[in-house]
Amino acid sequence: MSDSDALKKPIPLPDADSRVYWEGANQGKFMFQRCNSCGKAQFYSRSLCSHCQGKELQWLAARGRGKVASFSVVHRAPIRAFAADVPYVVALIDMDEGFRFMCNVIHCDAQAVRIGMPVKVVFEERPGSSQKIPQVELM
Amino acid sequence: MSSKAIISGVHDTKVGALPQSTCMSLHAEAGLGAIEDAGLKASDIDGLLTAYAFTSPQLMLGSVFAEYVGMKPRVSASISMGGVTAGLLVAQAVALVESGRCRHVLCLTGDNRLTGMGEKVQAALADVGHPQYEQPYGMSVPAAFAQAAQAYMHEFGMTHEHMAAVAVNQRANAAKHPNAHMKKPITMEDVGNSKMIASPLRMLDCCLVSDGGAAVIVSAGDAARDLPKTAVRILGVGEGYTHEHIFMSPSLVDFGCKDSAATALGEAGLKHADVDCAHVYDCFSSTLLICLESMGFYQRGEAGGAALSGEFAIDGRFPLNTNGGLLSYGSSGAAGGMFHVVEAVRQLRRECGERQVKDAEVAFAHTLGGIFSGHCSIVLGRI
Repeated sequence: MSDSDALKKPIPLPDADSRVYWEGANQGKFMFQRCNSCGKAQFYSRSLCSHCQGKELQWLAARGRGKVASFSVVHRAPIRAFAADVPYVVALIDMDEGFRFMCNVIHCDAQAVRIGMPVKVVFEERPGSSQKIPQVELM
Repeated sequence: MSSKAIISGVHDTKVGALPQSTCMSLHAEAGLGAIEDAGLKASDIDGLLTAYAFTSPQLMLGSVFAEYVGMKPRVSASISMGGVTAGLLVAQAVALVESGRCRHVLCLTGDNRLTGMGEKVQAALADVGHPQYEQPYGMSVPAAFAQAAQAYMHEFGMTHEHMAAVAVNQRANAAKHPNAHMKKPITMEDVGNSKMIASPLRMLDCCLVSDGGAAVIVSAGDAARDLPKTAVRILGVGEGYTHEHIFMSPSLVDFGCKDSAATALGEAGLKHADVDCAHVYDCFSSTLLICLESMGFYQRGEAGGAALSGEFAIDGRFPLNTNGGLLSYGSSGAAGGMFHVVEAVRQLRRECGERQVKDAEVAFAHTLGGIFSGHCSIVLGRI
């Protein structure tokens, strides 16, 4: 790995299961699946429903509102690409539509984040990539 | 009862920085040590179960080992399930001997990831994160486990002091083990002053990275009479799985350990209170407290207080991780969990010297893989 590669954050590589999600992010939409059989939402997107194994799923855009289910302020980055960001927040977000996802809480004082805080989804652009990344900000 | 499998031999290598070791030399030392401990010859081993190793990322690690050491097992498999693997090797070995397919199964783990990988270990560990939904966010393994720790503090009042008490107790235990990686005593203040890694987890709340290996031989129940040492009966095993990635876990306070412990204790026909010593996977101090409560050894919010009041000490009410655990004895990949199984066997054989839990009759060993993702509980009894 070259030095400049080591400083690049991992870029998600969309696949057949996730293309709609990542293309949605590029258009400023947080896309998720809801099962036509059991009615439950799921994240991440798949070829079937992880609740009932139903095959008919519909894509919907989330409102982009949720709450912090839990979080950690990272002081030691796992790879060099994130070293300049410390301290940064890795959080689990419970979205209003009934699913959970992981992201960073950005544009805030890392020490200010608490469980239960309301958040809204934003889409982060990263240098060297055209893929926008879903993130959240405190409301 | 006598058809139940036994553990006939155990061995762990030195742990810590072992620059002269290789992944295979550690496997060989651990495996042959366990064979000698059981009073067997290498040719007596008809089943070989190995794990995985970061420093020897082989497609067929068991085959690589058998070739290295000159063994030709009749049954061989390698299981790659992260930290839970050690328990799974024992669980699968039990099935092999109790079904009659094998008589002596060598369960083998080892990794020299401290001197063999250096700084690359943390990045390799973080690679377990989902490539699309976790890795782009800089999730470290501590940060993933911290999600549950933070939730547990919020919901059940776990504190930094509770976690620190776990780390301090285990360092004191490690100081009594001749082979432990870290023996220098630490105080509550040392833990509190150690570098923050991923809140609420500080450096001394996190397990070590060590070179080391460990092995256990599971044998048919009737082999007990031929053993040079006290046989230990495997009374019950259980597994539990709820998710792979932490954001998919159905709960942040209950995990597969709840089922694995209930299954293992149920199979043994025993209750939590029958356990004389516990050897529970402790990749982080918080992980241990959360699992103890999820498994039912303590009520919600009570394990931390128990840690503070000294209940986990070797002479305490609930002796826990008497070798020092992954936090202080050593953590060598899949061998981390196997160290716990080895220590449980030694406790029941009454071989632990100043670490000995008085009159230990029943031991509970528990391994965990992923981010609370997979669990294996094993109940062991002195014959």
